[in-house]
Amino acid sequence: MSTNVLTRRPAVRSLLAENGALGALIVLAVALSLLSPDFLTVTNLLNVGVQAAVTAILAFGATFVIITAGIDLSVGAVAALSAIVLAWTATEAGLPWPVATVVALVVGLACGLVNAALIAYGKLPPFIATLAMLGVARGLALVVSQGSPITMPDAVSHLGDTIGGYLPVPVLVMALMGIIAAVILNRTYPGRAMYAIGGNEEAARLSGIAVNRQKLVTYALSGVFAAVAGIVLASRLASAQPQAASGYELDAIAAVVIGGASLSGGKGRAFGTLVGALILAVLRNGLNLLSVSSFWQQVVIGVVIALAVLLDTLRRRGAN
Amino acid sequence: MNGAEEILRVEGLGKTFPGVVALDGVDFDLRAGEVHVLLGENGAGKSTLIKMLSGAYQPDAGRILLDGSPVHIRTAAEARRLGIATIYQEFNLVPQLTVAENLALGRPPRRFGFVDTRRMHDQARELLDRVGIDVDPRARVAELGIARMQMVEIAKALALDARVLIMDEPTAVLTTGEVERLFTMVRQLRDRGVAIVFITHHLEEIARLGDRVTVLRDGRSVREVPATTPQDELVRLMVGRPIDQQYPRAAGDPGAPLLKVSGLTRAGAFAGVSFEIRAGEVVGLAGLVGAGRTEVARAVFGADPYDSGEVLMDGRPLPRTNVRAAMEAGLGLVPEDRKGQGLVLGADVAENLGLVTLSRSGRGGFVDRAGRRKEAGEVAGRLGVRMSNLGQEVRTLSGGNQQKIVIGKWLLADARVLILDEPTRGIDVGAKVEIYQLINSLTASGHAVLMISSDLPEILGMSDRVLVMARGRLVGELDAAQATQDAVMALAVTEVEETRVH
Ligand SMILES: Nc1ncnc2c1ncn2[C@@H]1O[C@H](COP(=O)(O)OP(=O)(O)OP(=O)(O)O)[C@@H](O)[C@H]1O
Ligand SMILES: [Mg+2]
Repeated sequence: MSTNVLTRRPAVRSLLAENGALGALIVLAVALSLLSPDFLTVTNLLNVGVQAAVTAILAFGATFVIITAGIDLSVGAVAALSAIVLAWTATEAGLPWPVATVVALVVGLACGLVNAALIAYGKLPPFIATLAMLGVARGLALVVSQGSPITMPDAVSHLGDTIGGYLPVPVLVMALMGIIAAVILNRTYPGRAMYAIGGNEEAARLSGIAVNRQKLVTYALSGVFAAVAGIVLASRLASAQPQAASGYELDAIAAVVIGGASLSGGKGRAFGTLVGALILAVLRNGLNLLSVSSFWQQVVIGVVIALAVLLDTLRRRGAN
Repeated sequence: MNGAEEILRVEGLGKTFPGVVALDGVDFDLRAGEVHVLLGENGAGKSTLIKMLSGAYQPDAGRILLDGSPVHIRTAAEARRLGIATIYQEFNLVPQLTVAENLALGRPPRRFGFVDTRRMHDQARELLDRVGIDVDPRARVAELGIARMQMVEIAKALALDARVLIMDEPTAVLTTGEVERLFTMVRQLRDRGVAIVFITHHLEEIARLGDRVTVLRDGRSVREVPATTPQDELVRLMVGRPIDQQYPRAAGDPGAPLLKVSGLTRAGAFAGVSFEIRAGEVVGLAGLVGAGRTEVARAVFGADPYDSGEVLMDGRPLPRTNVRAAMEAGLGLVPEDRKGQGLVLGADVAENLGLVTLSRSGRGGFVDRAGRRKEAGEVAGRLGVRMSNLGQEVRTLSGGNQQKIVIGKWLLADARVLILDEPTRGIDVGAKVEIYQLINSLTASGHAVLMISSDLPEILGMSDRVLVMARGRLVGELDAAQATQDAVMALAVTEVEETRVH
């Protein structure tokens, strides 16, 4: 009957369309557990979680930006700068670590606000504004640290530890930031406004959404998420390094896009981004377990990113 | 010319989208040298049908015959090769490119391998002359108003010299003058033997231009009748019931002034525009395309800047270019270009309907999702939006139903002065009456409406007062009794002649 065709096919299709990346992650995990006996162990999986955490937190921030049809290339550099500032204020300036942490988050926020001001009021293309910020933040990280790593305060370094000896704190922070991102996107005014702005900025403006103000919120969030990612990374390494997180912005963008967001805006979800970040981490982990050379790893990851997005595009076209 | 020669035939055509049967067995044939009108309610399947003739969609069932033999039209290029040109309901112009570049898109004239700009502009000018609009070929399409875009779109289709020309609601955004010009062109093409498919919701156009009419209802072709069929009969075939009153305006006594505009001026667009709108009024704003009506509306609403003058709501001046402030003061604007300015096409029906009220629907910092959905469902029901559910992407709604969404989101906002720019563009006769009823209930509750429309009968039928603009100036005001088609047109053109003389 025609009703069957109507109800069944779209159900399967929309399941695929919603969770395409999740399907890819499952396939990848199954393949790797068949190929390597070490993959499907608790220790290794938690390890993957830790590997994914920094990228995922950066990527949650990037999700906000990409949904508004923008781009933020500065997140890796802002992460490094925030971590350096934390370590410096706590050790060199001798402030208590909670104050230092707040200062670091404020630095991330400030970088985001500067990006947003350049984009919203200076009308710079996001690519250019955040590329400039990438240079500035990285440079400042080098200036403050005078080019060498700074030890993180002990209290903050515990962020890199585990709870009860097995549950890594970075994974918890990742989950927490993911939930915050999801709630902001789905349940708050700024979140819904991001989708509208990315979908059709003019329609959003004529519907009374204060587009410039919402862009400030968007890039500020991206900056704060970057600062959190930087702190998590530095605590894992027990020291803040000025060159840390170089190139992570591209991983973050890749995770967001693999997770189903569109660079042309209006689409994207926190859960998809999490899956995207996990795909990247699982892939790296698996290739390591299979002792693939790091040169080939880059090739494989490049191909996988292209394939993931290609599949997504094809699926969407099929759905039309 | 042999008028009986059949070019195109469609048999049992069907098309299903996820959750919707858009076409469910359509038969239709097209002869050389005829204008064949497709008539049907919003969402009946007209656009879907022609998209299968132009290669945009593939049918799931049935077949298409061209000159008696079955064809599979897989791409737009293939349709073009078969001699089928299409003017879509939604524009297909590249806004960032110039008019000339758009007209030559895909096949620009070349010299030594480079684009021959001079020849491209000459060809563009020739085409623009043929459709009779005064547009600089070097102007960017994004800068044109919606009516001029439509004329460029028509010129683009003419450039193809097709045997079959399909026009999906070309007159929806045109004013009387342009419609006349378009009709002259269509008649010339028809006399040269071109077969024309014409979609319109303006019933009076059918008898004037058409030869035959195929009526679609719920994805099926229900009847084929001659274009001379009386309008009442057409409505009955299309909607399934008669409509007794096309313009059910119930005017009350105007109350206190709500919106006051004085001396509004922007160089090159409009000058010295002053008017007042009182509670309970429907004020029509008439004029030719390019008269500056939309520009004034947008400036009043804060969407665009102005150089001098003042906009007052309840006696308090509104800041310039501040949509939010205008909204908070109780102004609303349904923009003319639903695709570019009214809708987030990739978002669903509920999201779009709740866009204007988004900032108000908070509950403890969080958006009240259930409440928004409920409101959206109610307004969609009131407007009779045809959709599979509130989660349907607006992109996939029919043109008329998209328009209902743009109106709906402003109904939810409950603006005290609602500016409607071409509100019934693309809306079928039955649904138009529903919208007029809604306008009546708005004004009955003390709200006011400023209505811009290129559909003069609509302006005359629904307005308590008509303002006429020409060349950026307000040239006259007529009350309902004085406002006739001739009186409005006389005002709309005289000033144009005068400014030309100067
Ligand atoms: N891509 C699509 N996906 C899902 N549904 C679609 C799609 N395209 C069209 N539809 C549905 O098919 C039906 C017919 O739409 P169509 O655009 O053909 O109507 P129409 O007769 O042209 O109406 P209008 O007068 O409003 O332009 C509508 O219910 C519409 O929602
Ligand atoms: Mg249509």
